[in-house]
Amino acid sequence: MYRYDTYDQAMVDARVAEFRDQAQRRIDGKLTEDQFKPLRLMNGLYLQLHAYMLRVAVPYGTLSGAQMHMLGDIADKYDRGYGHFTTRQNIQYNWIKLEEAGDILADLASVEMHAIQTSGNCIRNISSDHYAGAAADELIDPRPYAELLRQWSSFHPEFSYLPRKFKIAVIASKRDRAAMRLHDIGLEIVRNAAGELGAAFYIGGGMGRTPMVGPLIRDFVPLDQLITYSEAALRVYNRYGRRDNKYKARIKILVHELGKDEYARQVEEEFAHLLEQNVEPPLAELERIKAMFADPAFKPGLPTKADRTDPAFALWMDRNCHAHKTPGYISATISLKPVGGIPGDASADQIRLMARLATQYSFDECRVTHAQNIVLPHVEIGQLHALWQQLDAAGLATPNLDQIDDIIACPGLDYCSLANARSIPVAQQISERFAANGKADAIGELKLKISGCINACGHHHAGHIGILGVDKKGLENYQLLLGGSEAEDTSLGKITGPGFDEAGIVDAVEKATDVYLAQRTDGERFLDTYRRIGMEPFKEALYG
Amino acid sequence: MAEQLGTGHLGTGADTVQLRFRDDEQVDHPAVTVDAFVDQSNATAVRIEPGDDARALLGHLDRIALVEVNFPTYGDGRGFSAARILREAGYTGELRAVGDVLVDRIDAMRRCGFDAFAPDVPLDEADVAAAFARFPEVYQAAADGRVPIWALRHG
Repeated sequence: MYRYDTYDQAMVDARVAEFRDQAQRRIDGKLTEDQFKPLRLMNGLYLQLHAYMLRVAVPYGTLSGAQMHMLGDIADKYDRGYGHFTTRQNIQYNWIKLEEAGDILADLASVEMHAIQTSGNCIRNISSDHYAGAAADELIDPRPYAELLRQWSSFHPEFSYLPRKFKIAVIASKRDRAAMRLHDIGLEIVRNAAGELGAAFYIGGGMGRTPMVGPLIRDFVPLDQLITYSEAALRVYNRYGRRDNKYKARIKILVHELGKDEYARQVEEEFAHLLEQNVEPPLAELERIKAMFADPAFKPGLPTKADRTDPAFALWMDRNCHAHKTPGYISATISLKPVGGIPGDASADQIRLMARLATQYSFDECRVTHAQNIVLPHVEIGQLHALWQQLDAAGLATPNLDQIDDIIACPGLDYCSLANARSIPVAQQISERFAANGKADAIGELKLKISGCINACGHHHAGHIGILGVDKKGLENYQLLLGGSEAEDTSLGKITGPGFDEAGIVDAVEKATDVYLAQRTDGERFLDTYRRIGMEPFKEALYG
Repeated sequence: MAEQLGTGHLGTGADTVQLRFRDDEQVDHPAVTVDAFVDQSNATAVRIEPGDDARALLGHLDRIALVEVNFPTYGDGRGFSAARILREAGYTGELRAVGDVLVDRIDAMRRCGFDAFAPDVPLDEADVAAAFARFPEVYQAAADGRVPIWALRHG
């Protein structure tokens, strides 16, 4: 994986010093909260309902054992013993003291980590496929391109005060595991007819209150023009994105209002101009980065089958593991969705255990997924049972990847100052309901996503079943959506009808799954059945 | 400047420029709007508001001595693009950031090509010195000629 050189380290160290100074000026009363706010937001420090929250960047979701271990130590030392993994592959701490924020950043910098641009109207942490470098189905490891973009976007002088926040995802497989087309820019690394690598740019996707699937703006940008094209795309947005209304300020609105062809034309014009400006790093820089993402020393000739005599292990292996590109290896997902748990939460001890297991079993690497789980990407199949036993003993072997209880949920009104409704208790009740009724196994793949407000941090638009919490005359109310997908078959869910109260939404989810179980044909997922039979049978069951 | 607003001029006066990284004489008359400038053949100073297209000036760069770029609020970043566009087109005159210019943005403004600053609220000089000295290197090529880290890595 990527390692800082002295240049990278110096940039992060400078940021720590800068933020220490800013925080100290706030503590001393030299800065008002109004003056401090834009400064702390550029560094991922939010003032939430009960305390400061710090969001730490996990570039493209990849962590070393030492980095993961540090995240556990920070949870103990500065928080209440927990960390919360997010839908953008980051981690958040919910109980931070301003006086200690500088120390946390210094601890992070000691393991080549930071909180730079994890909030604010700037280019945020770049996300990617959590099986990058491991998946049997990928063209190439997408992370070197994400790292190239990370450096370009860090402290960008022109694009730090954009109309709104800006999120980029990079994938390199036809299987989309990063919700690529629901980002401001989604890049897919592809090979053209001549056999050369380049990137397809999808621009103008997003969730929030106006969800849109990003259209293809350019089908091929050569590798030695990626930064230049990105710069052109951002410049058109920075100049013409709406600033009169924050709810219409994302690039998806600009692309939609101009039309994708006109937006593409303007970007082409700017691109032609910028190609003359020498803003592109040489390919040697990409090669330097790529060398650090070289495959670990996979052993040849390893057994390709595990001993499956333990049925609990066999079930977990079937549910939570993914095919690896190298025979004898497999990628294992550690579910952070135990029955009745808080999606994405892990205790300090669990984080440190996952760090040790990453070191012991997965070439010192783990990944954060956008579905708020942890992946050990490179596990020997022959060691999978031993790994599972350690996970099981720590309560980390829930066999529910992509099942109805593998819920994505935002922090909601329990923590977030923007939320209209609680998300976590709804997730907990649904998970408990389906554990009790035993239907989760029969249902199979069903991605359920919950947001506690219209900002859609819980990706409700993209859930096979989505839930949106709203405020209805002072009471929490939950709308139900069906038919969304964040995968390569990207689609946006549709609202079923009138919302439900907290108990009602749990019943409604169960009714929707009953319709599916009654109507499905062989091999159909919930999403497939919904797409085949449409909304009506579900409405009938819910409101009829 | 109140007296200038009365005459239809919007620009800052020379006495409001706090920082200037140029040796030439300051322009002694106020800047006019982009629309007025394009119609007015003798003006040499022009002021860009966030909604103006900096490229409207590209046919006139040889007679411009001062471009003021207004930042009415610190969060409106359009002026950063306006500045780079002018420098990329070869503009070598004064490029002055005016308005809600905060100390934590001046380094990025320099990188985009600004070489003079007239903040509404004067900046603390020690803070200014610290801001310019903060980051040892830069990750991107921009309008200030600084050598990006990728170029340092590959000589």
